[in-house]
Amino acid sequence: MSLERILGLFLRYTYVYRRSWIRVLEFVFWPVMDLLVWGYLTLFLSNAEKSFSSPFQFLIGAMILWDVLYRTQLGITVSFLEDVWSKNLINLLVTPITIQEFFIAIFLVGIFKSLLILGLLGCLAALFYHFHLTQIGFYLLPLIGNLFLMGSACGVLTIALLLRWGQAAESLAWAIPILFQPFAAVFYPLYVLPKWIQPLSFLVPATHVFEGLRGGLQGTYSYSHLFWATFLNCCYLCFSFFLFKRFFLSAREKGLLVKIGTQ
Amino acid sequence: MSNIAIEVKNLRKDFGKLVAIDQISFSIMESEIVGFLGANGAGKTTLIYLLLGLLTPSSGTIRIFGFCPLSARNEILSFSNFASGYISLPSNLTVRENLLVFALLYRVKEPELKIDFLLDLLEITHLQHKVTGFLSAGELTRVCLCKALLNDPKLLFLDEPTAGLDPSIAEKVCELLLEQRKKSGVTIIYTSHNMRDVERLCDRIIFMKSGKIITQGIPLEIVQEFKQRNLEELFIELTRK
Repeated sequence: MSLERILGLFLRYTYVYRRSWIRVLEFVFWPVMDLLVWGYLTLFLSNAEKSFSSPFQFLIGAMILWDVLYRTQLGITVSFLEDVWSKNLINLLVTPITIQEFFIAIFLVGIFKSLLILGLLGCLAALFYHFHLTQIGFYLLPLIGNLFLMGSACGVLTIALLLRWGQAAESLAWAIPILFQPFAAVFYPLYVLPKWIQPLSFLVPATHVFEGLRGGLQGTYSYSHLFWATFLNCCYLCFSFFLFKRFFLSAREKGLLVKIGTQ
Repeated sequence: MSNIAIEVKNLRKDFGKLVAIDQISFSIMESEIVGFLGANGAGKTTLIYLLLGLLTPSSGTIRIFGFCPLSARNEILSFSNFASGYISLPSNLTVRENLLVFALLYRVKEPELKIDFLLDLLEITHLQHKVTGFLSAGELTRVCLCKALLNDPKLLFLDEPTAGLDPSIAEKVCELLLEQRKKSGVTIIYTSHNMRDVERLCDRIIFMKSGKIITQGIPLEIVQEFKQRNLEELFIELTRK
């Protein structure tokens, strides 16, 4: 047994935290997010039966729709990352493909993957838990559409941040949607959150989708939630593309574009 | 009479305080094979990335067949291609799948036929269903060259394509490139640390050091001018100066 060798390996795994604030953030990010989500969920469930006839049904519905958002974002981001990991990004950037063509292709990948997951989870939930997502009818379609839009906005934002901070920001691919999760009232209604957080949650499109879902499952359809979700998603998509363009041009200027493609 | 393929005037690229390319000017004629030589960090790869529009120049102008790489990116990239010893292809796709993806990106007509032709030309037909991640360095280089020839480029950028290859495969690659130039008149920008490849392949060399061009001309003439026996000795002499 050699203390030097153990120290050598210990340093190898911890040096990286000295230069990457993203890694340090990630270190505390997941446990904190978990605590927030599970904490608010516990608060909700301890009083839920007074307000809702079947709160557990909401959880299954929320879990399935959350995956639509998450898989869309992940599908988009991982498509980009796969080319980074395989050192193929430069090959793509020197083809005559346009930015629009690139995004349309990876949006389709993201949406295709999340549709497959939606179908699979929907069938399994019906089979094992007699939960039918389709019980809310056509109202489900705009809700899902909005999750695609938010997943796409998160995907573009993540790629923009990857261009800015390189592979050090890789963990953002998995972290960005989770960052919104505690405030998006996914597994519990908005009123469970502290009053001062609620205006912030209102600005998250997913909040309106999940509030809409809970309403739909109780037979009340809120078109104001649909409006706000769509409006906010359009704003965030525009902002994400703006940020992407800015960071892309900056990466081309600073050489980060070729660095991320050859690392 | 040949046309000018690439014209560079007073090109400069800074990365903060580092001057990667320092006020260089040169032109390259159509169908010429020009080798950019220099030690690591001389600015060869940076120059190729500037020509491909992957980097923005700090100052100066670049014209490629009359187009600017930043404003006419798509026009230039549709008739050019690129291969590098340091850039790979998706390792989880087969050789044929990878080539088909790129054939579609370059909108190659009858892509399957073109792929068959190139696989045969590079003598790698037997690898077409092999997963790219399992190829040897020599096999991967040939697949990357296959990708680089898919769109019958007028302009080919090759950044150390023979890095890590054994001399017999490197020799084959050189033969193939000379053959390709003879057939299609492709202009080739070539960087390599293998002076034998450069002597065999290049009509002209441009020697770079610290982002500047220190000499250029026909390989044999430069060797004589600097009173060296061969390009390798010249390389050592110029990089140590």
